[in-house]
Amino acid sequence: MNFCLDANTQVCEYAKNEDMEGLLDKKHRIEELRRMIVAAEGFVVPSDLNNPLSDLGLMDKSFPTGIFPIGAIHEFVSSDAAAAASSSGFISCLMGMLMKQKGLCVWVSIGNKLYPPSLTGFGIDPDRVIFIQVSREKDALWAIEEALKCPSLAGVVGEIRDMDLTASRRLQLAVEQSRVTGFLHRYRPRRIENVACVSRWYIRPLPSSSDPGLPGIGRPAWQVELQKIRNGKPGTWQICWAAGQFHYLDAQVVTKGDVYAQTGTW
Amino acid sequence: MVKRYVAIWFPYLLTDRLAIRQPELRGEPFVLTMAEKGRMLIRAVSPEAEAEGIKENMVLADAKALFPNLLVFDFDAAMSEKLLRRLGEWCLRYTPLVSVDVPDGLLLDVSGCTHLWKGEGYYLKEITTKMKAGGYHVRAAMADTPGIAWAVSRYGKEGQIIAEGELLMALLPLPPAALRLDDAVTQRMYKLGMRKVRDFIHLPATTLRRRFGQQLLDRIGQALGTSPEYLEPVCPVVVYQERLPCMEPVRTRKAIELALDNLLETLTARLFKEGQGLRKAVFKSFRMDGKVQEIAIGTNRPSRDRQHLFRLFNEKIAHIAPGLGIELFVLEAPVVEELHMEQERLWNKDNAFDRVEIGHLLDRIAGRVGEESIRRYLPDEHHWPERGVKRAASLEEQPSISWPTERPRPTQLLTIPQPIEVTVPIPDYPPMLFRYKGETHMIKKADGPERIEREWWMDQGEHRDYYYVEDEKGRRYWLFRLGHYSDDRSHQWYLHGYFA
Repeated sequence: MNFCLDANTQVCEYAKNEDMEGLLDKKHRIEELRRMIVAAEGFVVPSDLNNPLSDLGLMDKSFPTGIFPIGAIHEFVSSDAAAAASSSGFISCLMGMLMKQKGLCVWVSIGNKLYPPSLTGFGIDPDRVIFIQVSREKDALWAIEEALKCPSLAGVVGEIRDMDLTASRRLQLAVEQSRVTGFLHRYRPRRIENVACVSRWYIRPLPSSSDPGLPGIGRPAWQVELQKIRNGKPGTWQICWAAGQFHYLDAQVVTKGDVYAQTGTW
Repeated sequence: MVKRYVAIWFPYLLTDRLAIRQPELRGEPFVLTMAEKGRMLIRAVSPEAEAEGIKENMVLADAKALFPNLLVFDFDAAMSEKLLRRLGEWCLRYTPLVSVDVPDGLLLDVSGCTHLWKGEGYYLKEITTKMKAGGYHVRAAMADTPGIAWAVSRYGKEGQIIAEGELLMALLPLPPAALRLDDAVTQRMYKLGMRKVRDFIHLPATTLRRRFGQQLLDRIGQALGTSPEYLEPVCPVVVYQERLPCMEPVRTRKAIELALDNLLETLTARLFKEGQGLRKAVFKSFRMDGKVQEIAIGTNRPSRDRQHLFRLFNEKIAHIAPGLGIELFVLEAPVVEELHMEQERLWNKDNAFDRVEIGHLLDRIAGRVGEESIRRYLPDEHHWPERGVKRAASLEEQPSISWPTERPRPTQLLTIPQPIEVTVPIPDYPPMLFRYKGETHMIKKADGPERIEREWWMDQGEHRDYYYVEDEKGRRYWLFRLGHYSDDRSHQWYLHGYFA
């Protein structure tokens, strides 16, 4: 927190000293300082070049530097079986994009219900996923941590129920070293604690989107709620997955960040 | 190199064992008996009881008449082999080749081992002293062939070492029983007055064969080293094995780690030289009290990476209980495979380094939670959804058919389809609503039916008609109805999965 204050005063100094410079330059500097702060908090700002998740559309505005934080741990919470399936689907979409760069991912779970052939729909070859099925939470956490330490993986999905702050910190430390992206999917957690993950998402199913006039079920659609994001602005979007891309059903969604921006309290 | 063998004889094997377990029996005359043909027959005699004139195969009643205070215990026929096997494993610290000689001895191939104990005399003495300290009566002898070593240990002087090439001289003064012959043959020899080997060994082979059978000639040949004798080792000799004896017994984790690292260094260097990689490795620690503890690891691809192997073992070092101290470490690689510097690519998108790293990760996970828990799936040629995937045998295995993409498949598939209640307005239409776990789902959109036939060559039963449905909240399900519609019966519907 101290660091933030320092940085803010620095911003002010810069602003004073370089009064004559254009407003644009100031904005650049603030942007730069913001990046420094984010970096000091333990996660490296991914460069646009090698981030396969660099273009997610509207959602990007919510992320700290305008880009989906890879090399960090994201938490997904789901409360019923349908939401769990949707979360798995959404995670698979992100993982599919990550796997275009590197070959393999690890999927750790207790009592796996995921049906591998369905992954083809989200751009993943199911044979490139290594499932690790354990019987105890302790082993699951251990396996997730070990997998997150391995920089050769595209990503790690961990399906666990409960996790405390200490455990999540361990995972965070692991990814800070290895830069692997982790997705923790928590199905019906007993408590929702504060954890050291960079974000918390809720994915809920929405009626599928199909072209007007066509019968039957169309493309899977979800209500994606980004409830928490470190250094970013939470938001909610309605997204459908088609042709290997996210499509926003309602482009006029107002995020909390937008509200803040309008009222000038941000 | 001249072969050298040691034979160890335990004249009181079973009674010694009992006396070790029940120290109050020491110095007491006791016997072990077994019921046979309606009487109690003595099968093992303690030294003290033997001094009273009691012999093996005596009837217990006769023995009691000789010595009324005789203690009697049960005889366990399988015990002697079990015990000998354990003693043989203990002897592995002296030589890698130990074989059990039922019912009361061990045979050790000690070629090239004795110099480590500064000579044959010290070597033999070391073994017998340790055994005696353990509470066993032993007699041991060393010679060029197992046959002579066996004969001398039983019928010669105690602790005799027959010098190289003096086989015949050693054999001559021994009785015919020293040749490991059947009882019937030895008794016939005694009847004919052949009380020593020297009485008959110069007789022509044809005569001996005619009178006493081929066995006698074989045994003489084996004793003199002219015909072969094979020992069956207690544990098979491992080609890739490294041993590290300790100057003093060690007990600390640090010391065990050092020993392990040391052994791994020599083993991996050797594997590298020979272009091999290990798939399985066993780290054994021999404790002072005779217990052998081992930890084993496996790798899913041949490896000779010292650090990686060390990490795999490191997870399990805690399972070693050093007790009073460990005096010998042995590292074995029972399964090795060829490992060349360059191997074919595993998947197109990754490089060799990634592959090795992931292999290491999976080894560690397998070491802790078991190999069974790591799974990769490949498409299988079955219509039935539950059989649509099969476990990949290895990390390298590629799908032989492409993944089916033409039909929607649920993200989560229930292992056992759950029965649901439905309302269906028109036959062969998707249901209007269904009830599952007390909740009613109104169906807004549906796709289907997709008929999946049962694979009649595997099991009998009705086909399934699958519907992909969406309820009013946008939740998507996979339902099916079992069998055809007909008027005369109701139809069971099931929920089989959730779509994303």
